[in-house]
Amino acid sequence: MEGKVGIRKIVVPGEEIDEKGKPGNGVFVENGKLYSAYLGIVDVRAGYVNVIPLSGCYVPKKGDKVIGKIVDLAPMNWVVDINAPYYAPLHVNDVPWRVDFGDTGRFLSIGDVILAKVSNVNEMGQVWITLKDQGLRKLEGGHIIKISPFKVPRVIGKGGSMIQMLKDYTGCRIYVGQNGVIWISGPPEGIITVIKAIRMIESEAHTYGLTDRVKEFLEESRGDNDGNEE
Amino acid sequence: MGMKSDIKLIDDNGLRIDGRLPNQLRPIKMEVGVLKRADGSAYIEWGGNKIIAAVYGPHEAYPKHVQEAEKAIVRARYSMAPFSVDERKRPGPDRRAVELSKVISEALESVIFVERYPRTSIDVYIEVLQADAGTRVAGITVASLALADAGIPMRDLIVGCAAGKVDDVVVLDLNKEEDNYGQADVPMAILPRSKEIALLQMDGDMTYEELTTAMEMAMEAAGKIHKMQVEALKRKYVNMEVNGNE
Repeated sequence: MEGKVGIRKIVVPGEEIDEKGKPGNGVFVENGKLYSAYLGIVDVRAGYVNVIPLSGCYVPKKGDKVIGKIVDLAPMNWVVDINAPYYAPLHVNDVPWRVDFGDTGRFLSIGDVILAKVSNVNEMGQVWITLKDQGLRKLEGGHIIKISPFKVPRVIGKGGSMIQMLKDYTGCRIYVGQNGVIWISGPPEGIITVIKAIRMIESEAHTYGLTDRVKEFLEESRGDNDGNEE
Repeated sequence: MGMKSDIKLIDDNGLRIDGRLPNQLRPIKMEVGVLKRADGSAYIEWGGNKIIAAVYGPHEAYPKHVQEAEKAIVRARYSMAPFSVDERKRPGPDRRAVELSKVISEALESVIFVERYPRTSIDVYIEVLQADAGTRVAGITVASLALADAGIPMRDLIVGCAAGKVDDVVVLDLNKEEDNYGQADVPMAILPRSKEIALLQMDGDMTYEELTTAMEMAMEAAGKIHKMQVEALKRKYVNMEVNGNE
């Protein structure tokens, strides 16, 4: 049927999942049965039954690349909001610059945005991030938007297909943090198109055939922009 | 409760003042995701009750001394709007609101996987816009929807439902007149899957047998309300599918 959009199976907290497999993320076991812990969609992968939440906060994982905003300065570290339940300290030893004691404000000040990596997380929820890795840096200019961290994989697409398509069509530079923060830089029309496309991906993340619809949308908006310029 | 009156709350046919049977619920309408800025939100119309719930968090709990090192704290705030009742209610927490906030927090905490978010707080705001008896159970019902909408991991949804005694008959889901002039009111919060009880209060008095009947009635109704909750949660995303088609 044309225009028919498939929808993945939605479960609510406490709903029994009749799929067979080992309990994965977002699933708990009671009396040998699997139940969903979230309002989310069921995803069976490699013998594990997972529930991918449709909303919720970002839980930091070691090795994640995240986009954070500096919210406070201290003599030996910066305090960074990475859109998680907890702020993350960025210690002066974890940046590629030599910072004198109390001189943190010279390198990064409040409101600056950085692309960082989660270097460690402990069981108490404390998070440490670092800027000492390839490609990690301060992000200058650009636009920031936030999406649900669980929709990040859909914005990136299989093997980066979706994000590559957005970049190709609009000529924007885009960074997507695992924490659901997206940084976009480029021509103003491009940024507007990217934001619209991402909002579309966000609201339809639980449906099938999304890439094709986004492509259609991008074709259309490119047509519009060309028309305006001529 | 317990006010003397000569109103007949149950007529000769066994019907109640609003024409319901003793084991019949008032009409219930639920909607999820009504507020844009909250992390999760829901709205319920339960008979004459109109209640909105918003959830924020989990986020780091402040002041620091309220944090718990190995779990999240759940802070629910039940509050009634000044215009929610017949005579203007003075705004702000009173004795009753503080009590309800506490019991609702504890009921909600029992279903949330609090140990997954140490040192944080999950804030639930329950605003009663219009009250018509049974606001605490309706508040719990709608708060659980808002929590699910906020993506907070839970063992189960939680359903609130009240039963009581009116004119010596055990009835389900009391309305305002029955609450004011009846003999007893038993608000309960139930986990629909395991049938566990997360909240049980009683105002007025009943015999042991009457209480058992009332609890059974509420249990049965909890199943129905739970179905509505599930439907309300899923509807939010099915509607989006329709929009996607346009």
